[in-house]
Amino acid sequence: MNRVQLVSILGSLGLLAMILELIRRGKLAEEYSLLWIATGAVLLLLSLWRGLLDLFAAAVGIFYPPSGLFLVGFIFVLLLILHFSVIVSRLSRQNRELAQDVALLREKLERMTRTDDGKTRGEE
Amino acid sequence: MSDAKNRLPQRVLIVIPAYHEEETIREVVQGVHRHVPGATVVVVNDGSTDGTEAAAREAGAVVLTLPFNLGIGAAMQTGYRYADEEGFDIAIQVDGDGQHLPSEIPILLEELGRGTDLAIGARFLGRGDYDPPVLRKLGIRFFSFAVSTLVGRRFHDTTSGFRAANRRVVESFSRYYPYDYPEPEAILILSRAGFAVREVPARIQEREGGRSSITLRKSVYYLLKVFLALAVGRFRAPPD
Repeated sequence: MNRVQLVSILGSLGLLAMILELIRRGKLAEEYSLLWIATGAVLLLLSLWRGLLDLFAAAVGIFYPPSGLFLVGFIFVLLLILHFSVIVSRLSRQNRELAQDVALLREKLERMTRTDDGKTRGEE
Repeated sequence: MSDAKNRLPQRVLIVIPAYHEEETIREVVQGVHRHVPGATVVVVNDGSTDGTEAAAREAGAVVLTLPFNLGIGAAMQTGYRYADEEGFDIAIQVDGDGQHLPSEIPILLEELGRGTDLAIGARFLGRGDYDPPVLRKLGIRFFSFAVSTLVGRRFHDTTSGFRAANRRVVESFSRYYPYDYPEPEAILILSRAGFAVREVPARIQEREGGRSSITLRKSVYYLLKVFLALAVGRFRAPPD
C-alpha cells in the first residue's frame, strides 16, 4: 500500500466518521445526509479497492489513477452543491410564504382588536 | 373625468407596494382615494425602516407590513393574497413612488369591463409623453420584444407595473406569482394559461421620489434573470 492510498483511505474514513457523528448528535438531518454518506462511501470504496479505481481511471482516460479519486470527489461535491441549491430554493419559497402570512395575519389581528375595542368602549 | 361614474358595483382593491417611499406614499394613497372613491387601498410595506408604514396609515390605507424585505414580486403577491382572502373582485397595482397617476385608474377599470382579465397601463402607446433614459428604454424594448415573441402577440410595455386584475387573475396570482422581477413573466404565465392580457395607453409620470429598483448595476442581472425566466417559463411545469 503506497502513501497516496493510505492518505485517501484515512481521509474517507475521517469524512464518514464526521458525517455519522453529526447525524448521531442530531446536527445533520438524515434526509440531507444521504448524499454525504454516499460521497464518503464511494471515496472509501475507491481508496480501498485499487483495482476498481484503476479500471475507472482507464475507462475515462486518466493516466494517474489517484487523480480519478479527485474527479469522483469533485462530481459528488457538485451534486451536493446542487442538492443544497434545491433545498435553499425551497426554503426561501417557504420563507416568503411565511413572511406573507405574518403580514396578512398581523393586519387581521389589528382589525379584530380594533373591533373588540369598539364594542367595549362604544363608538368613538 | 367625473369621479361619480367610477363608483363601481364591484369591490375594488388598490395594491401599492412600497419600500422606503415615505416621501410619496401619502400623496399616492390620497390621490387614489380622490380618483377612485369607494376603493380600498392596501399598502404593502416591504420591510421599510423609514416612516412608510405610518404615512400610509395616516393617509387612510390598510397596511400589510412584511417582517423583512421580500422584493417587489412577493410584496405584490401579498396584496393579491389579501384581495383573494377578502373577496375583492378587482385588484389594481399602483407604484408607491408616484409614477402611476391615480387619475388613470378608471382607464384600466374600463378595460376590465370589456372582458379583459389583466389590463396593463402601457407607455409608448400615444398617451402621455414619458421618455425614459436611453438604457431603460432599451431594456423595456428588449423585454417587450421577448414577451411578444414568446406569446405571439405584440406587447409594448411589459415592464409596466400599472395593472388591473379581475377576480380570476387575483385567484391565480394569489396561488402563484413570479418574484424578483415579475412583470414580464406574469404576462407570459397568464397568456399561456389562456387569460386575456391587454395593454391600454396610459400616462406614466417621471418618478417623484425614491429611485428605480433597477439601477445600472442591477440591470445586467435583471436582463439575464428575466430572460431566463421567460425562456424557461415556456417549458416550466404549471404551478401546483
